[in-house]
Amino acid sequence: MASTLFRTIQIHPFLLYPTALFSRRNGVLYCTMKSSQTQTATQEKQQPPKVKVPQHALKKTVDKITRDYEAIIGIETHVQLSTLTKAFCSCPYNYGSQPNTNICPICMGLPGALPVLNSKVIEFAVKLGLALNCKLSLNSKFDRKQYFYPDLPKGYQISQFDIPIATGGYVDLDLPLEFGGGHRKFGTTRVHMEEDAGKLLHSGNGDYSQEITSLTSIYSYFSKHTVDLNRAGVPLLEIVSEPDMRTGIEAAEYAAELQRVVRYLGISNGNMQEGSLRCDVNVSIRPVGQSEFGTKVEIKNLNSFSSINRAIDFEISRQALLHSQGQSDQIVQETRLWEEGAQKTVTMRKKEGLSDYRYFPEPDLPEVILTQEYVDSISNSLPELPEAKRRRYEKMGLSMQDVLFLANDMNVAEYFDETLSSGADIKLAANWIMGDIAAYMKNEKLSINDIKLTPQELAELIASIKSGTISGKIGKEILSELLAKGGTVKGLIEEKDLIQIADPVEIGKMIDKVISENPKQLEQYRSGKTKLQGFFAGQVMKLSKGKANPGLLNKILLEKLNGQS
Amino acid sequence: MLSTIQPPRYLSRFPLRGRTKSRPFHILSSAQPVTKTSFAADQSQILSIRYSLLNRHLSAVELTHSYLNRLKQTEPHISCFLHISDPDKVLKQAQDIDDKIKRNEEVGPLAGVLVAIKDNICTADMPSTGGSYILEGYRPPFDATAVKRLKDLGAIVVGKTNLDEFGMGSTTEASAFKVTANPWDLSRVPGGSSGGSAASVSARQCVVSLGSDTGGSVRQPASFCGVVGLKPTYGRVSRFGLMAYASSLDVIGCFGSSVADTGILLHAISGHDSLDATSSKREVPDFTSQFTSASSLKSRPLEGLRVGLIRETVDAGVDSGVKSAIQGAAAHLEQLGCVLKEVSLPSFSLGLPAYYILASSESSSNLSRYDGVRYGNQASSDELNALYEESRAKGFGSEVKMRILMGTYALSAGYYDAYYKRAQQVRTIIRKSFKAALDENDILISPAAPSAAYKIGEKKNDPLAMYAGDIMTVNVNLAGLPALVLPCGFVEGGAVGLPVGLQIIGAAFDEEKLVKVGHIFEQTLEGYNFVPPLITDVGGASA
Repeated sequence: MASTLFRTIQIHPFLLYPTALFSRRNGVLYCTMKSSQTQTATQEKQQPPKVKVPQHALKKTVDKITRDYEAIIGIETHVQLSTLTKAFCSCPYNYGSQPNTNICPICMGLPGALPVLNSKVIEFAVKLGLALNCKLSLNSKFDRKQYFYPDLPKGYQISQFDIPIATGGYVDLDLPLEFGGGHRKFGTTRVHMEEDAGKLLHSGNGDYSQEITSLTSIYSYFSKHTVDLNRAGVPLLEIVSEPDMRTGIEAAEYAAELQRVVRYLGISNGNMQEGSLRCDVNVSIRPVGQSEFGTKVEIKNLNSFSSINRAIDFEISRQALLHSQGQSDQIVQETRLWEEGAQKTVTMRKKEGLSDYRYFPEPDLPEVILTQEYVDSISNSLPELPEAKRRRYEKMGLSMQDVLFLANDMNVAEYFDETLSSGADIKLAANWIMGDIAAYMKNEKLSINDIKLTPQELAELIASIKSGTISGKIGKEILSELLAKGGTVKGLIEEKDLIQIADPVEIGKMIDKVISENPKQLEQYRSGKTKLQGFFAGQVMKLSKGKANPGLLNKILLEKLNGQS
Repeated sequence: MLSTIQPPRYLSRFPLRGRTKSRPFHILSSAQPVTKTSFAADQSQILSIRYSLLNRHLSAVELTHSYLNRLKQTEPHISCFLHISDPDKVLKQAQDIDDKIKRNEEVGPLAGVLVAIKDNICTADMPSTGGSYILEGYRPPFDATAVKRLKDLGAIVVGKTNLDEFGMGSTTEASAFKVTANPWDLSRVPGGSSGGSAASVSARQCVVSLGSDTGGSVRQPASFCGVVGLKPTYGRVSRFGLMAYASSLDVIGCFGSSVADTGILLHAISGHDSLDATSSKREVPDFTSQFTSASSLKSRPLEGLRVGLIRETVDAGVDSGVKSAIQGAAAHLEQLGCVLKEVSLPSFSLGLPAYYILASSESSSNLSRYDGVRYGNQASSDELNALYEESRAKGFGSEVKMRILMGTYALSAGYYDAYYKRAQQVRTIIRKSFKAALDENDILISPAAPSAAYKIGEKKNDPLAMYAGDIMTVNVNLAGLPALVLPCGFVEGGAVGLPVGLQIIGAAFDEEKLVKVGHIFEQTLEGYNFVPPLITDVGGASA
């Protein structure tokens, strides 16, 4: 049901759920407020898919059909670890470096070079294993996965095969409200450590096509292709999910939750566009009620959570349509590519039986042995994870909308927590962060770490308004200054003489002045045009430079307007 | 040929992980001349050279000249080297040592020692081909850790020695470039795969040499060439820079014309290396200070040492001449005070098939990197698979291809359990049986090979016969143990007979005992001269 609804949203996202659009624009849906860096579903939704009406009609038919089927979705996620050096050598890795500048004999696979494990990789793997509630293997090992490809310098990838470092486990998440909300728990089968491969660049297709022509001179395969090994040997964690997801949005949210977890843990930047978080999705469908699985199809080239979502829903529709037309034999085990432009999946390669990777234990590396003390020490050092944070915020009385907004981005959550620990009111702090501060960050394309306002000052600002030292209006005014330039609330109030005027005598004097200067309006007011109270209030406020306590002002003004004649 | 990658600056960035950490090795100041003269020249070339240099009896340049001359004269007959260092550069290094000595500066303990390096061990800016056409002209940007340590201690690399391609073979005939002859009989093989390293020491073209031993590749050629070969415990010496054949079995080993030289060489290259995760952190005992001359030995210097002669190694299938040489060696050990008994290792015969499965499996993986993409010979092709196929088809020799095929098969789905896994189980059994035998005995002895050196071409077309020749040595690799091979006698053949080597196997990391026993054995063995006739014909045997 949920999936059906969602596919409709895809076509008319703004019409059906305008509020959803709003909240997603603010980054509620996928994890980050730093919209310039992380692609979210929202950004792509802002350019609605070009769907012609006949296709729309077709889509509706497909939606009807898909109701009869259940999709089974599993995800393999590769997380690139943000260790200072690669997994097995001391090369640094920086995304976007010039080709082949971060390489050495080891990651180039030169003859005689040997891998030595970077112990940070183990630490990060244990962290993720614990965060995903996995069972850790105290004795695991590395294996070689063997295949030939030019981006794989050794002819094998150092990976883990039959004894991964972590098994079992699950991910908790809360679906965004605009998708019906609700809590989900998806199983994770295993987490294992492995190394990344380099990149094969094809001329005319890559960023470095210019260089290719200059580097190559003879007619051969490598006159059209070239290899960049910067990424070779960069540590990865592969997380394999259970086939627990049923819809595109569930899968996208699972991936988004993994991103949150790795960011909270500080083990990866989780950036999908840089390839720090890569998802390969397996989709099969079966008639509702059937217990055996259908033929699964793997989808690659999913560069955003939104494309995961849309690619899966497309694939479900495609398979359902084939089923309903009696062509289910055309659903074959294959790898399909998501084409962002065309918004569809296309065949990349058909699987010709199973690949034989000839795994065997990596003889160059000793077994990985963890002590319980080591695991415990890491366990004790884990930060509060997204799920715990959400549950805590929920218990604090915040709405799920607020909870998701605040907990999705670790930095926002940290900011919020610090604001609270400086004594701020929960609801007010949440409103300020989600309102004016979020708007400012969005306009200025800043992350919460970039703004000059400290959580302590935000707490001070909230307190100053609450205590009546300054008016809410003035609070908003100085907020923008604090955001852009920093400084303290007290300093600004003093510097600009912004303390609220709450002395009835002083306010009375100002009212008297305004009334005496506007006899005409006074007459009109008294002859029944009471709307003019606003005019008088405005004038007084102006006279007080906005500092007059509005409640007091209105009370005295009313007395004076209605009272003595 | 085309290199697709331009690796900029990686040399400077590369040795980050503690490579430069200096190891404790007594560096004598030349201001303090060596006074100890109790050793004879045939006891240790290295000590003798050191004595001569520091006492100004001989200059490093003179010494180098004499070796280079002999090399020049003998090399056309035996073809030990794939690459000989530029003589001017070698002499320059010798001159630097002489200058230092003149200035009374410290020189390393291996100062002026000419060392040959097997060509599957990487040497910076020198060709390192592994004996394979696929790496023809390849120059590594770094020194293997073992080579770096030797250089740091003052040794001079004289050249790169011939070998069976990537160490796969027992005759050195499987080199892509040349066939090396046995200095004892030029029509015979020097053994292999470290044939060039063994023959070059035998022919006194260098003082000592490095080889590698995956299934006997140091010990068998040592036996064939009448020199001392020492295969250390797995993990004792860093493999960094050794082109991997079978990573779980490969070790770098040492050749010398005496046990002392071999021990000193091993000591120089031993110890943990942060660039090899399988290198042991165990402390390296100083086994270089126990060399006493025969005259100062007690009458029964090895009194009570328990020696087990492995029964399965003197069974049928072993050349009778070899058998009697080993029995003679055993008798000699008894005379030295050893308690000799026969021990049985029932799993011994399983070693050969297990070895060939495991070594081939690992090699099929280790040799995957030779694809012509990043370095080495690359076939020109417009299509990726064809590029791989042609580069490898042209680049590898038939022995290598055969082992890649066997290993690929053994690791394939459906066969893994029957072959690779089973072989690993056999390996565990072998390890345990050696452990048990070495709990009861201090050392085990056996021949180093079932026969002495055979004729070039004799087993070339009979791989099974050649593989069978490894029966004496492969078990030791499977068990990861250290073993010393030293000449103990002769069998008939050639002009003056062919040397036979005795293999002494010790407990893990007990090289010290092997060197000690070997040295005493060597010093007390009378009536044998293990300098090949070729050398006595061409010029003096010692420096």
